[in-house]
Amino acid sequence: MTAPVLEVKDLRVHFFLDEGVVRAVDGVSFDVGPGQVVGIVGESGCGKSVTVRAILQIVEPPGRIVGGRILFTKDGAAAADLTALDAKGPVMRAIRGAEIALIPQEPMAAFSPVHTVGAQVIEALRLHQRQWRPEGAPLSRREARALTIELFRSVGISMPAERIDAYSWQLSGGLRQRAMIAMALSCKPRLLIADEPTTAIDVTTQAQVLNLLRDLQRRDGTAIVFITHDLGVIAQMAHHVVVMYLGRVMEQGAVADIFDAPKHPYTRALLKSIPSVRAAPRTLLPTIAGSIPHPLGRPRGCPFHPRCPDAIPGICANRVPALRPVGPGQHASCFLYHRDEADEP
Amino acid sequence: MTRYVLKRLLLLPVLLFLFSVTVFAIVQAPPGDFLTTYVATLASSGSSISAEQVEALRREYGLDQPVWIQYVRWMENLAKGNLGLSLEYQRPNAELIGERLVLTVVLALFSFVFTWIVAVPAGIYSAMHPRSALDYALTVLNYVGVATPNFMLALVLMWSAFAYFGVSVTGLFSPDFVEAPWNLARVVDLLKHLWLPAVVLGVAGTARLTRVMRANLLDELHKPYVTTARAKGLPEWRLVLRYPARLALNPLVSTIGWYLPALFSGSLIVATVMNLPNIGPLLLRALVNQDMYLAGSILLIYCFLTIVGTLISDILLAWLDPRIRLEEG
Amino acid sequence: MAAEAVPAVAVNVAEERVSVASNWRLVWWRFRKHRLALLSALVLIGLYLVVLCPEFFSTQDPEATDARLAFMPVQRVHLFDGARLSPWVPGVVGKRNPMTLRMEWRADERRKIPVGFFTGGHAYRLLGVVPSRLHLVGAASTDGRDQIHLLGTDRLGRDQWSRLVHGTRTSMTIGLVAVAFSVVLGVLLGGISGYFGGLADLVIQRAIELLQSLPTIPIWLALTAALPRDWTPQQVFFAITVILSLVGWTTLGREVRGRFLALREEDFVLAAELAGASRRRIILRHMVPTFLSHIIATSTLAIPVMIINETSLSFLGLGIRPPAISWGVLLQEAQNLQTLALAPWLLMPGLLVILAVLAFNLVGDGLRDAADPYSQ
Repeated sequence: MTAPVLEVKDLRVHFFLDEGVVRAVDGVSFDVGPGQVVGIVGESGCGKSVTVRAILQIVEPPGRIVGGRILFTKDGAAAADLTALDAKGPVMRAIRGAEIALIPQEPMAAFSPVHTVGAQVIEALRLHQRQWRPEGAPLSRREARALTIELFRSVGISMPAERIDAYSWQLSGGLRQRAMIAMALSCKPRLLIADEPTTAIDVTTQAQVLNLLRDLQRRDGTAIVFITHDLGVIAQMAHHVVVMYLGRVMEQGAVADIFDAPKHPYTRALLKSIPSVRAAPRTLLPTIAGSIPHPLGRPRGCPFHPRCPDAIPGICANRVPALRPVGPGQHASCFLYHRDEADEP
Repeated sequence: MTRYVLKRLLLLPVLLFLFSVTVFAIVQAPPGDFLTTYVATLASSGSSISAEQVEALRREYGLDQPVWIQYVRWMENLAKGNLGLSLEYQRPNAELIGERLVLTVVLALFSFVFTWIVAVPAGIYSAMHPRSALDYALTVLNYVGVATPNFMLALVLMWSAFAYFGVSVTGLFSPDFVEAPWNLARVVDLLKHLWLPAVVLGVAGTARLTRVMRANLLDELHKPYVTTARAKGLPEWRLVLRYPARLALNPLVSTIGWYLPALFSGSLIVATVMNLPNIGPLLLRALVNQDMYLAGSILLIYCFLTIVGTLISDILLAWLDPRIRLEEG
Repeated sequence: MAAEAVPAVAVNVAEERVSVASNWRLVWWRFRKHRLALLSALVLIGLYLVVLCPEFFSTQDPEATDARLAFMPVQRVHLFDGARLSPWVPGVVGKRNPMTLRMEWRADERRKIPVGFFTGGHAYRLLGVVPSRLHLVGAASTDGRDQIHLLGTDRLGRDQWSRLVHGTRTSMTIGLVAVAFSVVLGVLLGGISGYFGGLADLVIQRAIELLQSLPTIPIWLALTAALPRDWTPQQVFFAITVILSLVGWTTLGREVRGRFLALREEDFVLAAELAGASRRRIILRHMVPTFLSHIIATSTLAIPVMIINETSLSFLGLGIRPPAISWGVLLQEAQNLQTLALAPWLLMPGLLVILAVLAFNLVGDGLRDAADPYSQ
């Protein structure tokens, strides 16, 4: 296997509020191989968005990366630890937007309402042109505009030459997200981060946007970290799945393994709560008992134990399980599979 | 957008008519008229005037006519561009007001420019470095700035300049230039004197605007489009200036609607304290002496300036914000 | 690890407390966190105590003139007499300068006038009823001849401290009363405009627009200039408050209208309507409480504006008129440069204006932040 594009190792991001410290991400590790689509699933507040913001080094205060490493490999070069870089410095800025691009959650709010969408894409193009076009004269406005129209066309925006001068609020939700994808892809990034890219769009457009993303991914071989709380989208998009709960990875593995043989009780509960057409009529949809704890009131031990149907008394409430292999390429952090670890002093 | 501005422009005469009635009613309201005050003034200085003479004057000025006729006559003259005659100075009002009006507008505009040049960068800095030492210092300054009536500030400045440097910082011209005709030297002299009253007049507004800018920008800084721009790899200062600061400016532009008029009318107090030759002190005197056509004309000019100030802010806002520009068609 | 569980419990308890607390209690909790606002509230309470019985706080009759004592400078208060805590002020000796014919004052450190608390002095009626001679501070000498002038005297030899205390009554009251008028007008007209809409809304909105496009200060001046000269101070006071609130209500009116318009669409109002609640009940029980705290904050922030306006008008000679005393009237004494150069302490009332306005603004901001349920 070739070297991964991105390796996240024991990442910890804490938010220092007046009321206390929120451990939004508390020891998350996963790899993204070249051309691989990794889906991160979890309920809202589980730290998935913070994780990807940490990868881009745009965690806003009072949040801070307090531990772990984020190794990013450019073509042929040795892996660089992003956490060691100055978040606002030129090296990190050259990676941000050019090597690692973001497709944000809400295309409506993610575009500035007083600048045309075209202007915002052109800005990104011109900013990083040295990286994707090392030779040649600086990119003129006219060239950048032509390129943007081309980009718009490639993401399926009809009438791109007109749409380039439109404001985001004049476009439909689907068009807006397409424009956002065009902007993210403008500098041909090696890694694309899609933060719930279809949550704010209506269902029919959702499918179109997903298809577009998958086609583009196959064409360019871009690696994607795909965040969603929708397991259906994961099944459709991802090769590999990371299941998160309260800032920790519960389970990860190939998409087929996770869906066919989930090991962690949380993953199982998640999968059970998907409505199925094969379920017996008039049965209640299973839900996960209890509710997500207050961010400041994290339970001790395994974060899931208060809601876990299989919690082992005396163990799960006291000790934090580590992520361990539970099958080929599949890992889970659960004492059910590592009783030996629980018995260690 | 053009339709909107046209609508406002068409409304202008209606507003001015309403204002002229209001203004006339107000300047008419005091019991007695100019001549009663005049007679009282004469009496207090020891001289007197016969009752017949008073009646003759009253007829001459039309003060014996019913109020509505007086109003109509004033309006007629105004329509012809004639601001009427000052009863006290016995000179055409236009002549009295002319240069003073220019100085009023110039002073307000200078204050305005000062306010924006100071408030916008200060607000941006504060928002980008919240809870920093300079942010706290600016906040304290802002609170004190808002709390200080501008005549108080003028008094303190005048007193300190006089007590510590022995200079008198009143007026807008050096003695040599007060009566001089307009030329470059006079303009330079004016600029030398203008900055202090302009700053005094603008301090409270600057403080207020800095706070508005800070609060607006703080709100904008956490919007998703900032994250997008940051994820694009833009340098921080360029990003802030290009996106959130630009959006934070919009509500600030809408403050021009009240700020510019506030400067026009606020200059009245500063002018009185600092003895500036603008229309403020003239109005004050006209009001006290019941020189009603002069007072009325000045009040109407203030109304006009107020409407123009609001109009400018509307146009600017529409020009700056495509959401308004395009929605209005 | 054990330490981690403790805050969890604490948070839950706090949440529990928050969820059952009334709105007012929540506002108070949040307001309490603003130290400066709390301090400012104390300052305001102090000032309003002075408003209640200025005579008690004054050292002399504010109207008592004495040409021989004109322009006496501020007397420095010494806290210790030797090593003993016993405040005193130095006696002041005046000598007329034969060249300028002005009195020149020199502190005489040898003659110590003791300063005491709760001393006897000129007679007054406490709260206008109880006859009293008690004053908070005063010269504590036995013969009653000594006088203290903590803030000096003005051109007529009137005691500045006592005048300031009396001016506080007028200026602080005028702000409060003018805002009270504005609130009544604003809530009433804004409420009508927002709740009923239609023609009433149209008329009221046009009226607000018209009033708001008037140049405030010139119009105020013209209106106050129109007040008859022979009116009593009480009549003038009342007229000025009305004039100030005439424009002041429009901002509040707009705000109330906006709130009503927004609330009319809210589900809980619809729910109340469907439950058959009367219109009165919907307005008073369901709508008003949701923005009451906001109105209070806005009104608090309107008071200092009124105070500045009153002070400015009176300063120009067109507001409160002597013999009534207000901060603006006092500052009128400091109007020209010659007087200022001679007696800079006459600017003292201005400092009090700034203090009061500052305090109101801080309290208002604190209240506004506390009243906003979405603030953090």
